[in-house]
Amino acid sequence: MSAEIEAKIIKIVGDQLNVDEGEINPDSSFVDDLGADSLDTVELVMAFEEEFGVEIPDEDAEGIQSVQNAIDYIAAKAE
Amino acid sequence: MGDLKTALVTGASRGIGFVVASQLAEAGYNLAICGTTRSTIDKAAEQIRSACGVEVLARAVDVSDREQMQGFVQETAKHYGRLDVLVNNAGITRDNLSMRMKADEWDAVIDTNLSSVFNAMQAALKPMMRARSGRIINISSVVAGMGNPGQLNYCASKGGVEAMTRSLAREIGSRGITVNAVAPGFIATDMTAGLGDDAHAALTDQIPLGRLGQPADIAAAVVFLAGESAGYITGHVLHVNGGMYM
Repeated sequence: MSAEIEAKIIKIVGDQLNVDEGEINPDSSFVDDLGADSLDTVELVMAFEEEFGVEIPDEDAEGIQSVQNAIDYIAAKAE
Repeated sequence: MGDLKTALVTGASRGIGFVVASQLAEAGYNLAICGTTRSTIDKAAEQIRSACGVEVLARAVDVSDREQMQGFVQETAKHYGRLDVLVNNAGITRDNLSMRMKADEWDAVIDTNLSSVFNAMQAALKPMMRARSGRIINISSVVAGMGNPGQLNYCASKGGVEAMTRSLAREIGSRGITVNAVAPGFIATDMTAGLGDDAHAALTDQIPLGRLGQPADIAAAVVFLAGESAGYITGHVLHVNGGMYM
């Protein structure tokens, strides 16, 4: 389950930030490692919402700064 | 009709908003329009439908209410599956000398003319960012630049609209969304119809072109900014005022 989530998230991040998926690992920070700007992080959250059919409130969205954060958040929501 | 672009126009029952909506329909947009009262907005919608054959979603919306305003934008995006153009036109005046201005006169104008524009733009960003394209056009006023005695609240609201226009244009330009304003001078609408002959003559004296503008003059500017050919214009205030302010 979690591996599936991870694969989907890495794909979304790769598409959104135009980064090769091979360069993305769970520890990657969207801003520091993958070159996202603040607007990109908003769009990433929108893309996660769409892919996983969840609603991510703004206060939660602020805590999603890395691939691992996103995996943990979505996995927790899926439970 | 699924591939027609969609434009939302607030305050479209009459005046500038109605003519803007009509011209956008003529240009081939499906519409979502709102006004304050059910019967007048429905009538406007019917007129546009029968003249242009486009789809028109019409709602009575209190634009000063954040939930209603954002709800209407979201409903439009959901209904048509897209939102290409947002025209924030709805506006009111509550004129009074500054020393006499009541708190409710200030609040009503700021809520209706300024906060509503922010709320509508915020709701429109989601579908526009997703599409990586969009056009936001805010109707300002010549008095945002000039000031006008007795209209401190109105001038403040329109000045705020122009500042928001520039700010949002910078924020989301990278996503293919343009944000502009059109600033009408004195236009022949209900808002100016109450003026007596003397006031009317005093007004036209200030206008190099020697006459009031027509709603169609404003609508033409909006349709231009909404179109493909205006894609490199953003953060701009387009003055349409017969030269009264330059």
